Amino acid sequence: MLRFAIPVVVLLGLLALLGIGLRLDPREVPSPLIGKMAPAFDLPNLDGSARITPLDLQGRPVLVNFFASWCAGCQVEHPVLMKLAREYGVEIVGIDYKDTREAAEQWLARHGNPYRIIVADALGQAGLDWGVYGVPETFVLSADGRVVYKQIGPMTDAAWRDKIAPLLAQGSASR
Amino acid sequence: MAEIGHYALILALAVAIAQGVLPVLGYWRGDQRLLGIGVSGAQTQFALVVLAYAALSLAFVDNDFSLTYVASNSHSQLPLIYRLSAVWGAHEGSLLMWLLMLTGWGFAVSLSSRRLPPDIAALVLATMGAISVGFLLFMLATSNPFERQFPVPAEGRDLNPLLQDPGLIIHPPMLYMGYVGFSVAFSFAMAALITGKLDLAWARWTRPWTTTAWLFLTMGITLGSWWAYNELGWGGWWFWDPVENASFMPWLVGTALIHSLAVTEKRGVLKSWTVLLAILAFALSLLGTFLVRSGVLVSVHAFATDPARGVFILAFLTIVLGAALLLYAWRAPRLVSDGAVQLVSREGLLLLNNVFLVAAAAAVLIGTLYPLVIDALGLGKISVGPPYFNAIFLPLMVPLAVLVGLSARIGWKRAKLGEALWSLRWVALTTLIAAVLLPYVLERSFAWLAIAGTALSVWLMIGALLDVTHRVRSRRDRWQGLRSIPAATWGMTLAHFGLGVWTLGVTYAGLFSVEKDVRLGPGQSAEIGAYTFTFQGTEHREGANYQSDLGTVFVERSGQPIATLNPEKRLYPSQRSVMTESAVDHNPRRDLYVALGEPIGDADWALRLYYKPFMRMVWFGGVLMFFGGILAASDRRYRLERSALNAPVTSAQTAAT
Repeated sequence: MLRFAIPVVVLLGLLALLGIGLRLDPREVPSPLIGKMAPAFDLPNLDGSARITPLDLQGRPVLVNFFASWCAGCQVEHPVLMKLAREYGVEIVGIDYKDTREAAEQWLARHGNPYRIIVADALGQAGLDWGVYGVPETFVLSADGRVVYKQIGPMTDAAWRDKIAPLLAQGSASR
Repeated sequence: MAEIGHYALILALAVAIAQGVLPVLGYWRGDQRLLGIGVSGAQTQFALVVLAYAALSLAFVDNDFSLTYVASNSHSQLPLIYRLSAVWGAHEGSLLMWLLMLTGWGFAVSLSSRRLPPDIAALVLATMGAISVGFLLFMLATSNPFERQFPVPAEGRDLNPLLQDPGLIIHPPMLYMGYVGFSVAFSFAMAALITGKLDLAWARWTRPWTTTAWLFLTMGITLGSWWAYNELGWGGWWFWDPVENASFMPWLVGTALIHSLAVTEKRGVLKSWTVLLAILAFALSLLGTFLVRSGVLVSVHAFATDPARGVFILAFLTIVLGAALLLYAWRAPRLVSDGAVQLVSREGLLLLNNVFLVAAAAAVLIGTLYPLVIDALGLGKISVGPPYFNAIFLPLMVPLAVLVGLSARIGWKRAKLGEALWSLRWVALTTLIAAVLLPYVLERSFAWLAIAGTALSVWLMIGALLDVTHRVRSRRDRWQGLRSIPAATWGMTLAHFGLGVWTLGVTYAGLFSVEKDVRLGPGQSAEIGAYTFTFQGTEHREGANYQSDLGTVFVERSGQPIATLNPEKRLYPSQRSVMTESAVDHNPRRDLYVALGEPIGDADWALRLYYKPFMRMVWFGGVLMFFGGILAASDRRYRLERSALNAPVTSAQTAAT
């Protein structure tokens, strides 16, 4: 009567799977871009007065933050970005993803502007090339323009402290 | 006061251990006094957990922010009703509610234990005691809601605004009642495996408990879907989210269990299968708990997660399910069926129904766990979305719907397929005509999916009524015939009819919904079909613990005013979160739905407008199934005293499925 033992065998397989699952973090999506040069783009800034390319981001480490006025997670991370920009003087480049100029300007007027440069990616082309799953996402670029880290979802104090601040410190030290 | 609650839980743990161990010892030694501890243990344990629950509720009422749990999930400005429902608003408290329900079910079983043989009652209660040992240990070790903190914060962090909604007051308790209720069927299955006795009486004891758990789960899922539609502002009613799937899998298996129990009661076959389903239904409930609280899957519902909790639940799953399935592997071969199953017979069709339901549950399980499998194998991260589930799940539902009508006209034991089909010719013809006409009349469409969906729905609704009409016609005195129909048959009829109504809703809301994202300034309007939505602008309002922008939208149909809708955007300062309160005008025929997006410019807003035909039918179908469950569980024959149980039963009493 071995067939009555089938359920127990299936259970064992399932439990093993769940046990492995416990050790994995579903929010950690590795980016194939890590260690590579930031993907190219040539887009206007938010008020349309200049065009921005990755060359404008080189020479110092920067954070590249994909955001949008329609994104709820962006409001969650916004205070953290404001703090990074004001208190730590971190240079943050915002890429306004699939958004309109009016909406973004109003949103920034209401919540504050942590960005040194804002790139308007109205159609989401840059987002596609950078492999953005959903806003907000934040990339850390080294001074020579390579992607060194990717934060998926809202920026948090913990992510800044444990992951990003050490990377930036290394970046400036090696320079 | 909080310490009293904490002590009560520790005492409850001691009682649960006694309740889990001593009756089994009593059964082994044939000691009646030890057997009796099952009943007294279940009752004492329930009283202790009620005390603990009351202590936590009181802490919320008193705004006792020295309790970490209260401080994290309440606020002095929070209305009292939400302070009471905040008790189950997060992980620790919702576990306490789980436990309250588990011991409540145990208490209910102990009250009706007079109708059971003492050894069965004792073994059932011992199993429930053992389950509660696990949950009590889990709470006390990793998730104690009575933990104090110092210094005491002056103000709480407030309940998640998503949960500040009437739907959320009743949705989790209903769902937990369902989840936990399957522990009773599970315990009966354990008792049957241990004693080796699985007869008509066993099936009859187990059925009302299973049906009751199922009806709560049905209502819980329905309410959850309704809440997501109203509150999340996405305009959808089912997202195939892992947490939704976690409640849906036990529902599917529980539905299969209800049907296979009917076969076991009526024909004495499928015994080991029924026992396996009873184990699986509860196993999936536990698995759901694991998935929701361990953080292995990403979900919109995610509880605050903690790997230690995941490890604990996994260990608990291993022990409970491992023991149950080992016992099954060892003892189930002894549960001999009293005959064979013919495919063309009511039990044959019910077995087919079971196959489809379990296959559907397995498909949902695979879809839910697939991202985890891929991740575990190191192949990357993927997510399985609604396209997979719809493609796999809906085709499995089609044969189920067809079976409902068919099984109404097929007898038990052995039947002639041809006769049954012939007797359904008028029903089939009516169904076909309705299926071609209805989509055109209602939505001006001849889409084949609409025709197929309508056909299934009409077939289900008429098929559901066949059992009743047949019973009435078979009597000379029709009124007598109607009155002789047992509650169980009415329950089945109502639940199957509800499935038909649900199918109608899913078909039309799924195929003919219109959705529009528009930017409107005050006085501007947008149109969907014959409906004109005119935006009147927004005004600022102050709520009890939030600020809001309240929009006003006039809806007209061909110039006739129909409704004024007030969608709302709320900001909860204490949690810094924004909530969308959509506004819906509904009647059975259609929903008109407006959600406020973001403000654009000075007075313009992004608005999302929907027209959804027959949307209400989706939930109304669920409500009908719920009431069908109540009727079925209330059937007289389940309340017979023990002496009358093994007496021959009349056909009117058992024929209901």
